[in-house]
Amino acid sequence: MDMIVKGLIQGLQLLLSGDSEVLEVAILTIRVSGIATAISVLIGIPIGLWLALKDFYGKQAVNSIVNFGMGFPPVVVGLVVSLFLWRYGPLGELSLMYTPLAMVIAQAIIATPIVIGLSFAAIVSLNPKLRWQLISLGATRWQASWLLIKEARLGLMAAVIAGFGRVISEVGASMMVGGNIKGQTRVLTTATVMEVGKGNYDLALAISMILLLIAYSIVVMLTYLQHKGKSD
Amino acid sequence: MMRKFIGVCLLIVTTIFFIGCGNAPSKTETNAGKTIVNKDVILATTTSTQDSGLLDILIPAFEKKTGYKIKTIAVGTGQALAMGEKGEADVLLVHAPAAEKKVVDSGAAIHRILVMHNDFIIVGPTNDMAQTKGKSAKDALTGIGNKEAVFISRGDDSGTDKMEKSLWKLVGIKPSGAWYQEAGSGMGQTLKIADEKQGYTLSDRATYLAQKKNLSLQILVEGDATLLNIYHVMEVNPEKFSKVNNAGAKAFSEFLLSSEGQGLIAGFGKEKFGQPLFFADGGKTEKDFGL
Repeated sequence: MDMIVKGLIQGLQLLLSGDSEVLEVAILTIRVSGIATAISVLIGIPIGLWLALKDFYGKQAVNSIVNFGMGFPPVVVGLVVSLFLWRYGPLGELSLMYTPLAMVIAQAIIATPIVIGLSFAAIVSLNPKLRWQLISLGATRWQASWLLIKEARLGLMAAVIAGFGRVISEVGASMMVGGNIKGQTRVLTTATVMEVGKGNYDLALAISMILLLIAYSIVVMLTYLQHKGKSD
Repeated sequence: MMRKFIGVCLLIVTTIFFIGCGNAPSKTETNAGKTIVNKDVILATTTSTQDSGLLDILIPAFEKKTGYKIKTIAVGTGQALAMGEKGEADVLLVHAPAAEKKVVDSGAAIHRILVMHNDFIIVGPTNDMAQTKGKSAKDALTGIGNKEAVFISRGDDSGTDKMEKSLWKLVGIKPSGAWYQEAGSGMGQTLKIADEKQGYTLSDRATYLAQKKNLSLQILVEGDATLLNIYHVMEVNPEKFSKVNNAGAKAFSEFLLSSEGQGLIAGFGKEKFGQPLFFADGGKTEKDFGL
């Protein structure tokens, strides 16, 4: 118990003192997870929308794959991305292995199915007549889609929050494709694992506290966005 | 409206992409008059060099001196050697002589040079039910095996794991059964598990000393010649793998063996632990240790 309290205090101290190393790790964490989430949103929401509105043969199969992808083990993603990005792998020429970009790729792959699945659910749960009504009122297909997105905003934001939550807390894939390199690819989760390995449980706890604090702040922000404009 | 939306999306994607690539390694950089073509050097090493804190001393000094950027991938020796065999690392700093020789013989690595050593120790619970204290490594392991006292193995194909397996072979015991447990994790974690389960384990001295504050385990066996833990540096063969950064690997290897590198190694840990964690062995070979 003593250790937990000490870790909490140390975490706050580290954050407040502006320890440059911790700050750098924290900023990279936000950047990598933020960019990965943004990519997954840009890919995921249109696909989710399309899946919700379009009827085609084999749709059930596609949906089941998306649902499976929502729980896909990050370590498997990490392993497969590594195999592609290795120097002597198919994409080795790009020399992306052990860079923040490699981590973004792995995390975006992890988050995209979550965003697709949840945005699909958000659009589907709207009244199905709404779209036809919009179109009959003279909206083009694009306009109708845009209005549907606005209408399903709460659910879509939930998709973004869930995707972000998944990637910022993820460690297996980040460790594999990033390598936990000091000053380059070390993020809060991989730093925690490393400090545990070193036996610095108090420092590990302090880093975890910073991770929780950042994750919570961002979720609060997204939640605010989610509910903003409800009064519009 | 939708077109505007797509426009905004594209803008975001491009911005993100540029931010994301912001610190992609630049391929060419001039340093002190000489041009370093590729400054990223991938060092595959064992967790013990990272977890003990040694690399935090060595790497900044090396980077400052040469302008290279070391990317440390700290994994078990087994995985580090595998990375070398696939040409995915540039330089290896590992501690499993027999396995290292195989990699050199296969042609994957060259210039294998002894850098430093420390020693393995057998640690265990204070009650020492197998009565190993002060015995030789062989007798201690025989005692643990016969008593079927809990023994936690790294089980991760690291240098320490390889050492432990070879010791069991030496005493002619095939460890199996409920008392022999494989942790499948790094040294720090394995020590913690051994501590929780009040079992014995084989550890390198550096990690044990770094972890000591969290452990009730005692050093029971030490100073036995069979327990030497020897680290070699190797360059991944550029003739076999054209993409390796051999100039950087060479520079790192030379730095480790330079008087500056050897001095840093020899001095590391004295202040914090009251004793050095590694012994600098530049210029020595395994023959000097009777191996």
